Amino acid sequence: MSKIRGAIVVDTERCKGCGLCVVACPLRLISLAKKKVNHKGYPYAEQPDWEPCIGCTNCAVVCPDGCISVYRKKEE
Amino acid sequence: MTREELILPENLVSSRPALMNEAPMHYCPGCSHGMVHKIIAEVIEEMQLEERTIGVCPVGCAVFAYRYLDIDWQEAAHGRAPAVATALKRLWSDRLVFTYQGDGDLACIGTCETIHALNRGEKITIIFINNAIYGMTGGQMAPTTLVGMKTATCPYGRDVELHGYPLNITDLAVNLEGTAFVSRQSVHTVAAARKAKRAIRQAFENSMNGIGSNLVEIVSTCSSGWKTDPAKANEWMEENMFKHYKLGDLKTV
Repeated sequence: MSKIRGAIVVDTERCKGCGLCVVACPLRLISLAKKKVNHKGYPYAEQPDWEPCIGCTNCAVVCPDGCISVYRKKEE
Repeated sequence: MTREELILPENLVSSRPALMNEAPMHYCPGCSHGMVHKIIAEVIEEMQLEERTIGVCPVGCAVFAYRYLDIDWQEAAHGRAPAVATALKRLWSDRLVFTYQGDGDLACIGTCETIHALNRGEKITIIFINNAIYGMTGGQMAPTTLVGMKTATCPYGRDVELHGYPLNITDLAVNLEGTAFVSRQSVHTVAAARKAKRAIRQAFENSMNGIGSNLVEIVSTCSSGWKTDPAKANEWMEENMFKHYKLGDLKTV
């Protein structure tokens, strides 16, 4: 059976750690980095477990700074 | 499938719009301005008006909007963006001219310019970011502040006896004969952002087709001014702001 696979890439230097993508993700796959910050001191968003991601683009739509790129592919 | 096999240019489905450049935005984390900038960039790209768009910047948080989108911009004096946009549109009638204003700029110092530009039916679009507060200067009371809402200059909440009632410019604009499209939207969820994009697209198309003046209000959050975090600011907005500022297309011609 084919399955939609997705993954996100976060521009960590641009991210301000607002956390809007964290609540927008329907699968709750995004979290803010723990004990890691970018050069401005913000804890950036990351996706520790990418495997369940379906590439719905919700996180990219709500990101105010446009730091999230979403990739999606149908796995045969 | 490995992550490397997935992250390839041909699988990219969503990223920052091409019109939005790499300059880091000065807005606070979670600010609605960023999302509205992104929506405007996407609509301009879809309409293929990259070379024929002139934006007018306000004074307020969005004063540096010209740094982030690669289109032509003009900076206006405080509140005077609709007057500047009027001149630009009359001189270059084939251009898409829009103003981007906050509530302090549009609903306070620029009330006169806004109402008269809308009433004259200038073929422009006004994008009105309403967060019920003066965000840039430190969270003072604005004309749009809700009754009972606490700000830096009304620490006990807005009192009707002392401060009067919130000014609802968008509802006023509905009754003006010059307006063609008046809409109030929000960008706090994915569905709301998509609706806001449709509204901005409609307003821009009306401007280009020379149909009246267009106003799109975006009810927004100011997590710094409201002294909360971005996700809670969205919840507060849903609970309180939407009661007074009802979402939807209020006028279409």
